[in-house]
Amino acid sequence: MTPTGPYDWSLTRIPLCGLTTAVACLTTVDDVTVIATESLSKRYPRVTALDRLSVDVEPGVTGLVGANGAGKSTLIKILLGLSPATEGRAEVLGLDVATKGGAIRERVGYMPEHDCLPPDVSATEFVVHMARMSGLPPAAARERTADTLRHVGLYEERYRPIGGYSTGMKQRVKLAQALVHDPQLVFLDEPTNGLDPVGRDEMLGLIRRIHTDFGISVLVTSHLLGELERTCDHVVVIDGGKLLRSSSTLDFTQTTTTLAIEVTDTDEHPDGTSAVRDALHARGLTAQDGSGLPGAGRILLVTAEGEQTYDLVRDVVADLGLGLVRMEQRRHHIAEVFKESDAQRKEAVGHGG
Amino acid sequence: MAVEQPTAREAEQTRIHNIGYRSYDGPRLGRAYARRSLYSQSLRGAYGLGRSVKSKVLPMLLFVVMCVPALIMVAVAVATKAKDLPVEYTRYAIIMQAVIGLYVASQAPQSVSRDLRFKTVPLYFSRPIETADYVRAKYAALASAMFILTAAPLIVLYVGALLSKLDFAHQTKGFAEGLVSVALLSLLFSGISLVIAAATPRRGFGIAAVIAVLTISYGAVSTIQAIAHVHAADSTALVWMGLFSPVTLIDGVQTAFLGASSSFPGGHGPSSAQGVVFLLVVLGLIAGSHGLLMRRYRKAGL
Repeated sequence: MTPTGPYDWSLTRIPLCGLTTAVACLTTVDDVTVIATESLSKRYPRVTALDRLSVDVEPGVTGLVGANGAGKSTLIKILLGLSPATEGRAEVLGLDVATKGGAIRERVGYMPEHDCLPPDVSATEFVVHMARMSGLPPAAARERTADTLRHVGLYEERYRPIGGYSTGMKQRVKLAQALVHDPQLVFLDEPTNGLDPVGRDEMLGLIRRIHTDFGISVLVTSHLLGELERTCDHVVVIDGGKLLRSSSTLDFTQTTTTLAIEVTDTDEHPDGTSAVRDALHARGLTAQDGSGLPGAGRILLVTAEGEQTYDLVRDVVADLGLGLVRMEQRRHHIAEVFKESDAQRKEAVGHGG
Repeated sequence: MAVEQPTAREAEQTRIHNIGYRSYDGPRLGRAYARRSLYSQSLRGAYGLGRSVKSKVLPMLLFVVMCVPALIMVAVAVATKAKDLPVEYTRYAIIMQAVIGLYVASQAPQSVSRDLRFKTVPLYFSRPIETADYVRAKYAALASAMFILTAAPLIVLYVGALLSKLDFAHQTKGFAEGLVSVALLSLLFSGISLVIAAATPRRGFGIAAVIAVLTISYGAVSTIQAIAHVHAADSTALVWMGLFSPVTLIDGVQTAFLGASSSFPGGHGPSSAQGVVFLLVVLGLIAGSHGLLMRRYRKAGL
């Protein structure tokens, strides 16, 4: 096909543009480590906030999990170049936090956990001012503010004083001021705090879009693991200033699959559940009671090693002449990391004592 | 063509509905620009510009109140064909100190307490500017606003004096001395007020505290000076008392160096030697205010 008119041209050019941007994305974004820390420690006279933390964060959405006081805020403060580390080093976007704080803060955005908005100005005025504080010229600041507020979902209300906003709207303004200067990375500190379930879902969707649509990497802290499971590519768990675990969300939730099985009882087998358990045991498969789950006592948990496990369960149930009520995959939750670590800690304490 | 048209329409539609994210590739002007922006925003804010109509009322009203007496004096001087203005340039701010005090008390908390109270400060410090930039921008903005407030009536007086053809050299010298004096006064008053305001995040307390410090210190000092004037033969103690309030400090400096006649009781102003001490105390207070503000904001980080 030869291009004959302007429309043909646009047809042939569009895929080309798409291709180049995709390549550019691959080379400029995916190959760098956005955050790298090396035995980073922060000690206060009486508390150790961070203890030899070494972690690499790649582009994408990364969740930073930890209980209150685990060192999340301290880490963000150091990464913004606002607080010197006691020892170790850290780089953000390839810039050393100890010497290049200003350059880092020009390229990253920060959304604090607490309220930070003056009530007597409108969202537009406030975000324009913050854009200029990030170094954007006046005209660009206004243009970017209008764009950003629209992207976070604030429309007509942006001209009204912030004092009259709902919590959800305030969170959006806080997010907008962190994004207005088009950073390469944003730190979001507990962005879903104080939101109702609907607002929470919207905020999580927005966080996902910051990476997928805007191409900005995200480091988001939370103490609610379920949330991070839904939004993050990667999860870093810290506890007491120490790194507990750092791996992709897939690793967290899909290393092993557990099957939950529920069967009916028959006259021949008044207790169908135990009959299945015995039969599975005879075939070399250990089934556990689903204690702590709804319907405990009637549910068996089996670790699936592959396709054959499904077939085996089906055959066993069919041989016994029972009805299979359900057989479903139970995903592991990140929360189990904490249970494991608690168990380890107790063990360690036990050994120590 | 029949095949092309629908695609063309589609392209048109995608263009209309395309509100996707646009990245920013323009200039980032950095720290100095951010500091200038903060300065101009704070300076405008000190006169209620860029804020609600309600917050424009007080600063604008005080500005008018500052200038009206100067206009009346000029009118009287022109009408009576007087040989000199009824009031010295350096004396004007001392007479109008209540208005100046009210202005700085209302605007210093506005400038800094809001950011502290609503915890906006971390948003500034997560950007390229640093503590020193924030403190200097805020300090310079309030001092400039004060200078505008105190220098404007002097300009009215000077222009009026020239229009009524008073002695040019004499008037210019007086005007220049007056400007130096109000510049010092602006720096001193705004420094003290900002320190007080930054220590009291609640705006109402800040206003009250600034007024209290400015007026109580002046009231106490001038009362003791008056008593000293009546009872003590020697005026030395009376002069040194002037070190303990911002208004009498400025009065002392301008009496010693800027050709002003003192408003101390009996007109006993400090001598040149004593004046050096007054000047050093003024400069020390300005530097000290700056230092205290830096300390305050280093802690206010994130």
